[in-house]
Amino acid sequence: MRATREGYVEGLLDAGEKDRRVIVVDGDVSRSTGTTAFQKKFPERFFNLGIAEQNMAEYCAGLALAGFIPFYSTYAVFAAGRAWDQIHTSICNMNLNVRIGGAHGGTSVGPDGATHQALEDIAITRVLPNMTVLVPADANQTRQAVLASLEIDGPVYIRYGRNPVAELYNRDETVVPGRGRLLREGRHACIIAAGAMVATALEAADMLSKKGIEVSVADMTSIKPLDIQLLKYLSDITELVVTAEDHQITGGLFGAVSEYMSEHCPRRIIPVGVNNRFGCSGTPEEVMTHCGLTADAISGKVEKTLKIH
Amino acid sequence: MVSPKVIREDILRMIHSAGSGHPGGSLSLVEILLHLYWKEMKIDPDNPQWKDRDRLVLSKGHGAPALYSILARRGFFPTDKLETLRKFGSGLEGHPHMQSLPGLDCSTGSLGHGLGIAAGMALGLTIRKSKARVFCILGDGELQEGSIWESAMSIPALKQTNLIAIVDRNHVQLDDAVDKVMPIEPLAYKWRAFGWAVAKCDGHDMVDIEKAFSNRTDKPLVIIAETVKGKGVSFMEDQALWHGKAPDSEQLRKALEELE
Ligand SMILES: Cc1ncc(C[n+]2csc(CCOP(=O)(O)OP(=O)(O)O)c2C)c(N)n1
Ligand SMILES: [Mg+2]
Repeated sequence: MRATREGYVEGLLDAGEKDRRVIVVDGDVSRSTGTTAFQKKFPERFFNLGIAEQNMAEYCAGLALAGFIPFYSTYAVFAAGRAWDQIHTSICNMNLNVRIGGAHGGTSVGPDGATHQALEDIAITRVLPNMTVLVPADANQTRQAVLASLEIDGPVYIRYGRNPVAELYNRDETVVPGRGRLLREGRHACIIAAGAMVATALEAADMLSKKGIEVSVADMTSIKPLDIQLLKYLSDITELVVTAEDHQITGGLFGAVSEYMSEHCPRRIIPVGVNNRFGCSGTPEEVMTHCGLTADAISGKVEKTLKIH
Repeated sequence: MVSPKVIREDILRMIHSAGSGHPGGSLSLVEILLHLYWKEMKIDPDNPQWKDRDRLVLSKGHGAPALYSILARRGFFPTDKLETLRKFGSGLEGHPHMQSLPGLDCSTGSLGHGLGIAAGMALGLTIRKSKARVFCILGDGELQEGSIWESAMSIPALKQTNLIAIVDRNHVQLDDAVDKVMPIEPLAYKWRAFGWAVAKCDGHDMVDIEKAFSNRTDKPLVIIAETVKGKGVSFMEDQALWHGKAPDSEQLRKALEELE
């Protein structure tokens, strides 16, 4: 088990090595985002701009215009939310090569409570033209997402967390925008998950299998652009889709999958996610259970829906 | 009034039992909050929703443990609730959540929001012809947020003298010293240039604090309280590392031993 934050930091270090245009900017949370490691290795390419997220986003827009590839990192709730107008109007509107690292994504920040849990970041970044949105599921994949972002023309949002999650991928498995991964195949239903919920979805699939229900599990790392080939394939082999995300149901993975499938390959789609509420303090596990983000909740929805059918 | 030591003990015990939280910026707040809740603010713990009460916006919401201890000791809720800090369903959320606990006038935790909210509250009270005042406590690192200065500009423009801002000037933020991350000096000069009256005090000296609050001016008042982050615990004092870290059992024992 490793936090995806570890992969983010490894990715930044490798990216800094690989490409001298990489600059890392932080907003007085470098010990939480992990960017202190980059500061140590490349002090001349690291800037801590203090507690001023909007200014940080504008600096990155300017750095990109000057030919650099800036990564700014802070808690996802501020990275995407506080600086949203800057992301919309400066970064996305000019299609700039800014990379935004959203730390402490979802409920992973547990005890800090509602103000620090980013449950809307995917929705508000995904809605922006030109933006790529990557939500890796484990540390290795997060490292690869950072490296993949170097090849993308335009802004990229990468969400990561601080709660350790199961390791699913080896170090060299690349991340490709517009590509998800089919981790398990079964025809009774399919679970499309992202981020920390991928491991939970695999758990749910095991539980269901013991009851004779075989489900597919897809990791939709690239929420924007979506892997439409994978969605088409899944719609060919199954009638029921369940999405699973550590995020509001509205506007996130459920939104993205529903938008595509309703137009191109309609299937019944059931969401597992945070249902129109704010987070609260508690261990990440308690908060996830409270919000219904568990393997039980996923398998329960699959079973119940299959029975009704 | 309870002694600062009692509040500091509460803070350390609460954060220890929670296993996470912000000791540094809670310990620096103790005397300021004691003054506010025992000497300055018109409040009624039996009627926390009293319409004409004075209000506090703890804009640096991570100082919640200090505020919770003060509210409990002042009678807003039982002190045995304090040990449930940051636990699921306890109401003592990691950052203040006003619907979850009596005595909270505002939910905070994202830095840079509080002064604007306090300004709106103060304006509303003025419109209602209430005599109540609004107090807003800001972190010194928090002053780096641009939104603070938007409010700093509008409050004097609207002649809002029923609002008092207090800066917990402990010279340290999350990553490092404020001077190293992003200097904010000359601070008094900045506030004055925006149209404020500025008072300074030793934020750990009750007499000095009282004097600062007694300033009467026709401008909005900001009090720059010189404090020590982690005040009272030698190994936490001035240490950015203790901004957001819980003491383990041994550290708690040492810390409690040191408190005066
Ligand atoms: C908008 C926002 N950005 C970042 C943070 C994370 N954070 C919490 S406390 C803190 C440092 C605050 O420093 P200061 O204002 O000096 O407070 P104090 O020293 O009194 O603890 C930071 C960066 C936050 N809570 N809100
Ligand atoms: Mg400070």
